[in-house]
Amino acid sequence: MSDDAGQPFRVRFLGSGTPETSPGGGGGSGLAVRDVVVHYRDDDGTVATAVDGLSLDVTPGEVVALLGPSGSGKSTLLRAVAGLEPLSAGSITWDGADLVGVPVHRRGFGLMFQDGQLFPHRDVGGNVAFGLEMGGIDRAGRRTAVRELLELVGLEGFERREVSTLSGGERQRVALARSLAPRPRLLLLDEPLSALDRALRERLAGEVRAALVATGTTAIFVTHDHDEAFAVADRIAVMDRARLLQVAEPVELWHRPASRRVAEFLGYEAFVPVDDAPPGLVDVMAGRSGEAARSSRRPSASGAPPSPAHDLPDPARPPGPAVLALGPGSLLRDDAGTLAGTVVSSGFRRGVVETVVDVDGVGEVTVVEPSGAFLSVASALPGPGDRLRLRPDPAAIAVVPA
Amino acid sequence: MQSAAVGGKRGARSAALRARRRTLRRGWGRGRGRWVGRGVVWGLAAGVPLVFLGVFFAYPVVSLVARGFVTDGGLDLSAFAEVFGRDRTWRVIGLTLAQATVGTAIAVVLGVPGAYLLYRTSFRGRGLVRAFVVVPFVLPTVVVGVAFRSVLAPHGPLGFLGWDGTFAAIVAALVFFNYAVVVRTVGGFWAHLDPRAEQAARALGAPPLRAFLAVTLPALTPAIASAAAIVFLFCATAFGVVLVLGGLRYGTVETEIWVQTTQMLDLRSAAVLSVVQLVVVAGVLAAAGRARTRRERALALGAPERVTAPRLALGGPDRRVGDRSAAAVTGVVVVGLLGMPLGTVLVRSLRTGSGWGFGNYANLATTGGPNTLNVTVWAAALTSLRTAVDATVIAVVIGGLVALVVSRRPRARNARRAVSLLDAVFMLPLGVSAVTVGFGFLISMHRPLGLDLDLRGSTVLIPIAQAVVATPLVVRTVLPVLRAIDSRLHEAAAVLGAGPARVLAHVDWPVAARSLGLAVGLAFAVSLGEFGATSFLARPDRPTLPVVIFRLIGRPGADNLGMAFAACVLLGAMTAAVMALAERLRSGAAGEF
Repeated sequence: MSDDAGQPFRVRFLGSGTPETSPGGGGGSGLAVRDVVVHYRDDDGTVATAVDGLSLDVTPGEVVALLGPSGSGKSTLLRAVAGLEPLSAGSITWDGADLVGVPVHRRGFGLMFQDGQLFPHRDVGGNVAFGLEMGGIDRAGRRTAVRELLELVGLEGFERREVSTLSGGERQRVALARSLAPRPRLLLLDEPLSALDRALRERLAGEVRAALVATGTTAIFVTHDHDEAFAVADRIAVMDRARLLQVAEPVELWHRPASRRVAEFLGYEAFVPVDDAPPGLVDVMAGRSGEAARSSRRPSASGAPPSPAHDLPDPARPPGPAVLALGPGSLLRDDAGTLAGTVVSSGFRRGVVETVVDVDGVGEVTVVEPSGAFLSVASALPGPGDRLRLRPDPAAIAVVPA
Repeated sequence: MQSAAVGGKRGARSAALRARRRTLRRGWGRGRGRWVGRGVVWGLAAGVPLVFLGVFFAYPVVSLVARGFVTDGGLDLSAFAEVFGRDRTWRVIGLTLAQATVGTAIAVVLGVPGAYLLYRTSFRGRGLVRAFVVVPFVLPTVVVGVAFRSVLAPHGPLGFLGWDGTFAAIVAALVFFNYAVVVRTVGGFWAHLDPRAEQAARALGAPPLRAFLAVTLPALTPAIASAAAIVFLFCATAFGVVLVLGGLRYGTVETEIWVQTTQMLDLRSAAVLSVVQLVVVAGVLAAAGRARTRRERALALGAPERVTAPRLALGGPDRRVGDRSAAAVTGVVVVGLLGMPLGTVLVRSLRTGSGWGFGNYANLATTGGPNTLNVTVWAAALTSLRTAVDATVIAVVIGGLVALVVSRRPRARNARRAVSLLDAVFMLPLGVSAVTVGFGFLISMHRPLGLDLDLRGSTVLIPIAQAVVATPLVVRTVLPVLRAIDSRLHEAAAVLGAGPARVLAHVDWPVAARSLGLAVGLAFAVSLGEFGATSFLARPDRPTLPVVIFRLIGRPGADNLGMAFAACVLLGAMTAAVMALAERLRSGAAGEF
């Protein structure tokens, strides 16, 4: 039970990532989801649209996180890719071959559930070996593979353990090993870490990434936790209300959210139309290399075509009026700063002090400082009602279309 | 060297997987054919039981009922007016409902404390008490009737009550019989109930009784309602117990059907009464079904974590009033209501005309007094066992198929409706008069029709009739276990490459197999004790044990009665042994009985 603290995944297993054995299957184009619509019927007969005209590509070897609030349809999309939900419209292909009508067990995809769904009547080894049995691997081959996989997930020697004796973290490790065993062409992970406590979740996120990269596994990782998504993915697809809002690499997503909705979901707190922003903020932004703020005041005449990638607007050059998005870290304390605000509250968080400040002309923004500065008695935490002066950090402020 | 060997194995595994994928790709084009194939398989799985039920249940019952209403080839419903015009009919209906209502109420009131004691606390010997409590439920009805008569007879231990041959005696026997149903159904549910809701109520200041009434009891309601509906059904259709205890003064619709068909030869009245019973049964089944749905939903919401039962606290600083009352009530029930009749039968079986001894058991090898039996009791016991084996095989195969089909949750709405219809249809034999089934067999399976009792082939018909009676119990035992399997477990297996057949073999089968053990035991016990239908179908030269017992107690002579007691002990011991065996195979998941 104590062994949530097990060994990190070993990368040794990965020797198998050579091209000929790569699960990605070499030069294929991978997964293509096109204009997919999935209706979900509740027990009471009501029909809801869980996925609405969504398109997404995943290239072999890539890990894509599907990020969105609960109820946004991301799990349904995952189940549709796995073949567990029928499509109402659209298509899903792998290497150009249509998957519609291909039953779940013939897709060669893996799926890992939030709560593992280990087979209760099989021991750990029996669970990991299940997919290999189905694939017709002989007993000796299964035993070797099970041992390697359990080693990969830090559970050496667990073959004979009953699954009911495992802790939550161990179960998920077994579930991951079980999903990886048949070398799926694509591994679908449905909030695999959400049921775990935070510290374990953070560590396992890194280890899952290591295991996926090491085995060269193509994967879609569904989560509602953006920290998890940033830790695991090569690219992040943000989903909300049955639609895809943005697909981008983590850094790009964080600094150039395609819309206010995406920015809100990522944790940006205050949104100020550029036209209404206090001068101290606008001047700083104007000096930024992209000159995003200014160009948004004078619509670009260059007539650059919209981004071909799923018609998402280029976040660096919003076509219409722009909004500045500020979040934790966007403003720094500076007695010579150009902005001022009133403290709402403040508190310690793991090595930092977070102070929520109602900034004049902006709104409430969290100011983050290392807590070491507060060790001396002289610098007590700011109290509610205190006035602070702040300096914007242009690199930590995003410009989003209004 | 070593790593090369490992690499070689790994290469072989990859090659095998690649080969599999190639075959998979080839398979992709055949989608439509596979769907059709699947439809055929499920159609067969549902069709075989349906044909069985149609031929061996619906057809006999309908032909019997039709006999009452078809005169000279035309429909004639005058029998209704005629039968309902009699006071006797109304008295029987009133008595049936009164017996069932009172019996159910008492069984629930006594059973809930028992459920608490046996499933929510732990104490030494709990397993033993749990096993003992079940014995009456699986005891043959004839044995239960004989047991109560021996207790309440003028010279019996409770003879001073003057209950012999009264309404009270019948109700007491019905409670005896059905107590276990309440304890097991409610207890099984209670054991999985999250105790934290009640703890929250206590922490908010509610005293124990208030917390129980306000939080726990409402949570238990679906289970109690489900148990009550089943008990009501069993009470309303009780046959052997009522026939033995009530004589001709007290009867149910079920015994009245028997009287009308066998004694008065009035098929029209029997047909009307069968319809009445069918209506009552359908109504109760509908109520039970609703309660069951709620229970399954409530269970689905519950935490799957195992709830540990605290130790029973009768004394000391931690004593709980609830524990004490539950222990007192259950103690009285177990010793007085359950123990005394069973003990009396055992004691009486050892009393012979010449004092104590095993004379009655020795007589089991004889055919009793003059003109009593055609075969020895041992021979009848052998016939019972053989019949029970056949009946069990049929019931488990048919019931297993039904449970499998009904446990599916198809996506299409029509398919879902069909599934729940199948579920309801297979509950019908639980409540329809076994007498109707047995008598229906006689007139539909053997031509020429009429009361020319041609018993040719009845060695086949008896196990079939018993299987019809036992199948609903098999369904209700296996189905909750199959339904409790998380559908994502199926999905996990499918994603790992298991086709539908292999999902069944590797996920459903290992889980359901353990509940199948209990289903086998139940079917066997039901078949061993079945009397209503068997009494019609048993050939005089090949009676079953319950038929022999009934004949023995119907004949004068202390020796015959002593033999009947010994035969009751034999039948009870056989049933208990089967159930004990089945109980060992029982899984943690609770079925309904």
